[in-house]
Amino acid sequence: MADSAPTDILEMRGITKTFPGVKALQDVNLTVRRGEIHAICGENGAGKSTLMKVLSGVYPHGTYEGDIVLDGETAEFGTINDSEARGVVIIHQELALVPYLSIAENIFLGNERTRAGGAIDWNRTNAEAADLLARVGLSESPTTPISALGVGKQQLVEIAKAISKDVRLLILDEPTAALNDNDSEHLLGLLRQFKEQGITSIMISHKLAEIAEIADRTTIIRDGRSIETFDMATAGASSDAIQDRIIRGMVGRDLDNRYPDRVSHPGEEVLRIEDWTVYHPTQTGRVVVDKAHLNVRAGEVVGIAGLMGAGRTELAMSLFGRSYGRDITGQAYIHGEPVDVHNVPDAIRAGIAYVSEDRKQYGLNLIEDIRRNISAAGLGKLSKNGFVDENEELKVAEEYRASMNIRTPNVLVEVGKLSGGNQQKVVLSKWLYTAPEVLILDEPTRGIDVGAKYEIYTIINELVAAGKAVLVISSELPELLGICDRIYTLAFGRITGEVDVPSATQEGLMALMTQETTRETQETKA
Amino acid sequence: MTGIANIRELFTRNIRTSGIYIAFVAIVVLFSVLTDGLLLSSRNLTSLVLQFSYILILAIGMVIIIIGGHIDLSVGSVVALTGAVAAVLVIRNGMPWWVGVLAALGTGLLVGAWQGFWVAYVGIPAFIVTLAGMLLFRGLTLEVLNNVSLSPFPSEYTSIASGFLNGLLGGYGYDTFTLVIFAVGVLGFAYNSWRNRRARIAYNQTVEAPVLFVLKIVVVAAVVMWFAWNLATYRGLPAVLIILAVLVIAYTLITKHSVFGRHVYAIGGNLAAAQLSGVRVKRVNFWMFVNMGFLASIAGIVFSARSSAAQPAAGNMFELDAIAACFIGGAAVTGGIGTVTGAMVGGLIMAVISNGMSLMGVDQSTQQIVKGIVLLLAVAFDVWNKKRASAAR
Repeated sequence: MADSAPTDILEMRGITKTFPGVKALQDVNLTVRRGEIHAICGENGAGKSTLMKVLSGVYPHGTYEGDIVLDGETAEFGTINDSEARGVVIIHQELALVPYLSIAENIFLGNERTRAGGAIDWNRTNAEAADLLARVGLSESPTTPISALGVGKQQLVEIAKAISKDVRLLILDEPTAALNDNDSEHLLGLLRQFKEQGITSIMISHKLAEIAEIADRTTIIRDGRSIETFDMATAGASSDAIQDRIIRGMVGRDLDNRYPDRVSHPGEEVLRIEDWTVYHPTQTGRVVVDKAHLNVRAGEVVGIAGLMGAGRTELAMSLFGRSYGRDITGQAYIHGEPVDVHNVPDAIRAGIAYVSEDRKQYGLNLIEDIRRNISAAGLGKLSKNGFVDENEELKVAEEYRASMNIRTPNVLVEVGKLSGGNQQKVVLSKWLYTAPEVLILDEPTRGIDVGAKYEIYTIINELVAAGKAVLVISSELPELLGICDRIYTLAFGRITGEVDVPSATQEGLMALMTQETTRETQETKA
Repeated sequence: MTGIANIRELFTRNIRTSGIYIAFVAIVVLFSVLTDGLLLSSRNLTSLVLQFSYILILAIGMVIIIIGGHIDLSVGSVVALTGAVAAVLVIRNGMPWWVGVLAALGTGLLVGAWQGFWVAYVGIPAFIVTLAGMLLFRGLTLEVLNNVSLSPFPSEYTSIASGFLNGLLGGYGYDTFTLVIFAVGVLGFAYNSWRNRRARIAYNQTVEAPVLFVLKIVVVAAVVMWFAWNLATYRGLPAVLIILAVLVIAYTLITKHSVFGRHVYAIGGNLAAAQLSGVRVKRVNFWMFVNMGFLASIAGIVFSARSSAAQPAAGNMFELDAIAACFIGGAAVTGGIGTVTGAMVGGLIMAVISNGMSLMGVDQSTQQIVKGIVLLLAVAFDVWNKKRASAAR
């Protein structure tokens, strides 16, 4: 073991991390060689972020089992500061910058450059920040406030902050998730450059093409266990072959049965919108959704595909009782009848239900129990003279617990204590109880594990079998292709295409989803 | 086996709510020992009720505001203003006592609507709106009273606060009527508990062991009837206690079982989710404040009736006592959590502490220090309890 120290910068041995009731990590092993870029792949909830939190001291020594060996020495980090002192720096998925402070202030936050006596040495702060910015290739003044930067540049500031701490092992949790292609490319270039300088990187990413391009080795985590580690050089001949190899490891079974079968019998049209235009709530004159038109029939699952910022959620929420945007124009029809929906109660009455992409923020009252979350949108049905029939409420909740297979001892459990999949089932139950005609599901499987995803798909199938119309918004094209009958593509607020799933391909959809950009750039050029 | 599990569950699972009762009992025992039993004498119990009733009335409205995620700093000033309006009409202009009462209630509703408008429809944080209200309504009070106290109120008016229902069913050294009223209340409580228990069993929910259930009811009944006996052997049933009891029962029902109550909890728990579930957030926020104004006016009437006067400085710092009662009673600073009964017990804890220390001859300054520390510890306990809960996840 001792002679492996020179080549391996890090060894995590038999890491087990338990949260009450859940084994998040079980006997995970990870070995990272000095100077490599090591990718960690796994599905949402597989335990990747938990593992990195163990490594960086967010979960202190003693709260997990197993050993962390850094440079051949056992490391016992009590806090993040301990790990940073040893050159291990983590950049989290959610950036941790203070928006109203300058780039330089953010870089040295908690690590200020001071004169004797404790006053901040601004000249040194800004000069050193400028050097760091040059190293990460960001040409901004160190005094620029963070809020003036886009996400891509903020990410670079985070990295500059990391190298200011003499980082030797850099951990990046989904660094490119929010970046566009150019920014991602720049970031990956930077990682290569760091590699030449001898900095080791661990990168968590869902973007397999990137991993295939940049990583030296990949470790697969599945269901809280480390499945395998392989060399990218031997994993496959082409990028596609490597990606297939990774997917096989991540999923651990054939990809064919990720989506339950369904025979679709589309019926009458349920929802139609015409010329639907929405303006940004605060930026005057900015069109977020531009003359959108679409329809959904009973018994049909219709997808909306679009990149981040295309206006998917904005379209859905503006439809749902004008919960987003201003100056909304256009007409919505339910069963061919024009409906005017001015607020959420109107929308519920019209038979529209909206399941948000962010269930913790917009879907659930986490400190309340399952029963009351399920009844939250349907109290009108449950009450007489302003008072709630609580026996009926309990009965309803129990019925949904059984039919949706919400895994909980009883419905009086706080929703905040459930897993993501079960929380999503609670949100779905809440909306099903309002007996909607059309359900808009915004990223219905985000952040939930494979098994629960399959259950959600099954529920969607049952809904359409019962004659409901379902509109699904998703960033995952395979998911849309797997569960939808038809897909609309949305780009820069416009519906750019309508594709029947049997004839659709991911490439074709992607072309439509990015179509408007090219046209717009051509227009500006002309 | 089940009994042990039940006892443990009673203490640990609901430590947030049961802890407060334990603390209350401990404080009562402590002060009755320190005051040689004076605290629990018939005379003192009666005056305790009279003296702190208006804080408890305010705490009912305040806990709803706090559950909704707001705060109301103006209630002390509103107590003064409503009392002043009644005094001007009744004392200065010689109108009948009931005109004063109605005018005070109307003033309270108007004040509530005013503050509700700014909070709900303009979107100004309640802290700012009610801070402004605290100054504004105090100023109006001075204006209305021309800066002088008005007194005395006619006896019909003062009997709202200092009257007793006595001798309706005859007295034999004790008041039968008081005992009958309390006995009915206890039976109602027992019946309601039994019904709840049956409903829970019907839905396969966990319930306490039968022994524990009966024990709980017997203890509650014994304490309540003992309290009734003390009232009956002194001066009978205070009118204020009837007002308070009606309010507590009505608002417990509203917060627990009405759609409005549910919406208040939903807004405090997650505003965005409530909005997207079809809760008319603005409307609910508005009525929360109207309701607070209404209850503040009742407190104003009770307070002015008790002192038989309207004073410019009336109700000073009442808001802080009411807020403290809510937080001691387990309401969460972030909203979404709290109960009317919790706030009542929280208020009673404050009441027993002040009253007990007064009986011991402790001076005002020390009383303030002790009350401040109690409030701090109560919220610290809440924070600690939350951390413990999230660590257990």
